[in-house]
Amino acid sequence: MRFRVRIRIMPRAGILDPQGQAVAHALGALGFAGALDARVGRIVECALEAADPSDARDAARRMCERLLANPVTEDFTVDAVEPAE
Amino acid sequence: MKVAVVRFPGSNCDADAWHAAGGAGHAATFVWHRSTDLGGADVVVLPGGFSYGDYLRAGAIARFSPVMRAVEAHARAGGLVLGICNGFQILCEAGLLPGALARNAGLAFVCRWVTIRVDATDTPFTAAYRAGQLLRVPVAHGEGRFVADDPTLDRLERDGRIVFRYVGHNPNGALRDIAGITNEGRNVLGMMPHPERAAESLLGSTDGAALFALAAAGA
Repeated sequence: MRFRVRIRIMPRAGILDPQGQAVAHALGALGFAGALDARVGRIVECALEAADPSDARDAARRMCERLLANPVTEDFTVDAVEPAE
Repeated sequence: MKVAVVRFPGSNCDADAWHAAGGAGHAATFVWHRSTDLGGADVVVLPGGFSYGDYLRAGAIARFSPVMRAVEAHARAGGLVLGICNGFQILCEAGLLPGALARNAGLAFVCRWVTIRVDATDTPFTAAYRAGQLLRVPVAHGEGRFVADDPTLDRLERDGRIVFRYVGHNPNGALRDIAGITNEGRNVLGMMPHPERAAESLLGSTDGAALFALAAAGA
């Protein structure tokens, strides 16, 4: 079966995120006084062949461990596993 | 010695590294990243640049280039490997050096001269320097902030594996002012500054030239 997985990769808590700080600063400058904090990560969507959703989720995790996330600086979450055409 | 300078798609300091190695009297050649053969090289240089456009993370994709299996075998056998800038990022991504190079704390790509201090002279790359010697060398990077967890940093300190530290001005927010580190075997060196761009007086500094002498390696 073909699945589409959505993976979210974020800078690890406690690691300085200059991109997030810049975004929060810019939002503040635009008058969004409530914008106290922002963090910037990335989302990877990937179509893959797998036996079932659990298999697809495992494959997505392995992709993260091997390539998509750096374990020193980033955390990842597999946000969605959906059947794909 | 035979020095192989690896070229990845997006390398742009390869010719400079080749030139500096040749200037130090070595026989320098280029090796394309798809090669699995280092041509009997004694020293491998992973040069600066933007391999694979820095896509995903700097060095993350180059680390899986076919040549890296040969580089890893060379390193594990005690062969010398020098990673400069993007080369340092690739070595960390490959797990040949600990830690990671994160986006500069100051938000900007930094391209400027910095001063670094030689804190370890017991590597083949730094044997020609004095401990504590200050070097004037350029940096040019957007992702040069060395990060690692505290136990890793403490271990690097304890084992004297922090080879270079920024002095006076830390251009990227690197933890503990780290500009370059070596591995446990002291045969792999990664550094963000560019010694090959400070290897002759015409370039404004000759402080990087001695690094290419590879004095302790029997050159």
